[in-house]
Amino acid sequence: MPGITREEVAHLARLARLELKAEELDHFAGQLDDIIGAVARVSEVADQDVPPTSHPLPLTNVMRPDEVRPSLTPDQALSGAPAQEQQRFKVPQILGED
Amino acid sequence: MTDLIRLTAAEIAAKVASGELTAVEVTEAHLARIEAVDEKVHAFLYVDREGALAQARAVDEKRARGEELGPLAGVPLALKDIFTTKGIPTTVGSKILEGWIPPYDATLTQRLREADVIVLGKTNMDEFAMGSSTENSAYGPTGNPWDLTRIPGGSGGGSSASLASFQAPLAIGTDTGGSIRQPAAVTGTVGVKPTYGAVSRYGMVAFSSSLDQGGPCARTVLDAALLHEVIAGHDPLDSTSIDAPVPAVVEAARNGSVRGMRVGVVKEFAGEGYQAGVMQRFEESVELLRELGAEIVEISCPSFDKALAAYYLIAPSECSSNLARFDAMRYGLRAGDDGSKSAEEVTALTRAEGFGAEVKRRIMLGTYALSSGYYDAYYGSAQKVRTLITRDFEKAFEQVDVLVSPTTPTTAFPIGERADDPMAMYLADLCTIPANLAGNAAMSLPCGLAPEDGLPVGLQIIAPAMADERLYRVGAAVEAALTERWGHPLLEEAPSL
Repeated sequence: MPGITREEVAHLARLARLELKAEELDHFAGQLDDIIGAVARVSEVADQDVPPTSHPLPLTNVMRPDEVRPSLTPDQALSGAPAQEQQRFKVPQILGED
Repeated sequence: MTDLIRLTAAEIAAKVASGELTAVEVTEAHLARIEAVDEKVHAFLYVDREGALAQARAVDEKRARGEELGPLAGVPLALKDIFTTKGIPTTVGSKILEGWIPPYDATLTQRLREADVIVLGKTNMDEFAMGSSTENSAYGPTGNPWDLTRIPGGSGGGSSASLASFQAPLAIGTDTGGSIRQPAAVTGTVGVKPTYGAVSRYGMVAFSSSLDQGGPCARTVLDAALLHEVIAGHDPLDSTSIDAPVPAVVEAARNGSVRGMRVGVVKEFAGEGYQAGVMQRFEESVELLRELGAEIVEISCPSFDKALAAYYLIAPSECSSNLARFDAMRYGLRAGDDGSKSAEEVTALTRAEGFGAEVKRRIMLGTYALSSGYYDAYYGSAQKVRTLITRDFEKAFEQVDVLVSPTTPTTAFPIGERADDPMAMYLADLCTIPANLAGNAAMSLPCGLAPEDGLPVGLQIIAPAMADERLYRVGAAVEAALTERWGHPLLEEAPSL
């Protein structure tokens, strides 16, 4: 399997919303290439007819009664907000200027 | 009264219940110990002095009124900083949550309070529980009480170090790939990863949801069992919580025995990378089990050699998804919001500033493994390996009652040695990861000091899911025999700080 390039790492950082510096990209590219090289051996089983396991428990939907229960007050829910206004989370602009 | 800090949790609970000791004097003794040694050890990120004393007073008043006390009433505990605590900071060892005060208690926190346990404070950890040394904490490393220049294991290094330095008789850890067991092994303490789903994850900051499991840390097997019973049990707030009775772990710990049991030795857990002194102590432990009446069976688990690779795809994949919630909008750090930047730019700047190097590496690795074109080869294959490992365990447990291995291939390594070498660091979890992938129960307990460096070695015991009591039955038998052989608990040999 191919290794990972610096450009790919830059792309991953963008996808993962991590604003990395140039020197971080260089450093991580080498390390991620090493790690991917080491973990790539799982592909030895790629062609085997084995069902995947995503979870250790055989889970089905877990239901609970739809009842009104005590919950956080607006003040509690907003207590960790970096910014708030009129009992709402205040966020930077989401859409462009125009 | 330095004696108080050397008591076991079982002894403290009995003495508080009988009135021989008050919860306040026990708590004060431990707070004084923290004050005296934690500047050197750095096990705690936050000490809740006032809260602990208030809770201790409440326990003493409850007793004075003749009310029934909780099972661990008056016993101090060090809580890993991954569980939310209402009104008390919870950082997960990360700058991104610096200063955050959770508005609610985790289910585990609540159960501790209901059991009248005294929460002394929050312990240091690798950021978001990602690491094997506690060096990835944004708040500086923790020292191993056996040698302060060495790592106390990770991610729960603060919890293991607090026990080994007698700052608390009980602690809580979480184990995604070994973060309870490996710290226990390298500090000469006991740590248990219960069956997946046994302890609620509600209010436990998520790293890899299909692997994360909270569990007890202690200095004795019985103390771990007492704590296990308090924190385990069904929680409707966690959809992956097992809705079944908690195995009788305390009874098992009080009746340690391996007579007539079949114990499997996994032959894949040996060879290159295993320290000679670790293997020596492990082989002696196997011999001891035989002397105590167990039948020893060699077991082969051929898929285990791919466990580490599968883990370092599955855990980063789940982490890249879980940590997407740190978007700088609702809680935690917000950086670069000068009015000119978009929400998306602020998110990226905040995550770059708030996350440390290992967290960034794992987020990118997970993003890579889950991306189209690579998904089948990496994440898909890792999930198949997970199935094969589960089958290996199932086959093994048709032949034996428990499996044993060294907990970790080496003793505690020096702080800094593997800090910027991720692959070398990952090898510390070689023996612990398979149990997480399959969801089994596993324990580490001390089995001696490696002759070459005088540092603790851990014996790992693995049991089938929902058979946690077997860990305690075997662990208690080994602990009793070794303590008799040594003439004292292993921690008596640790240097005084």
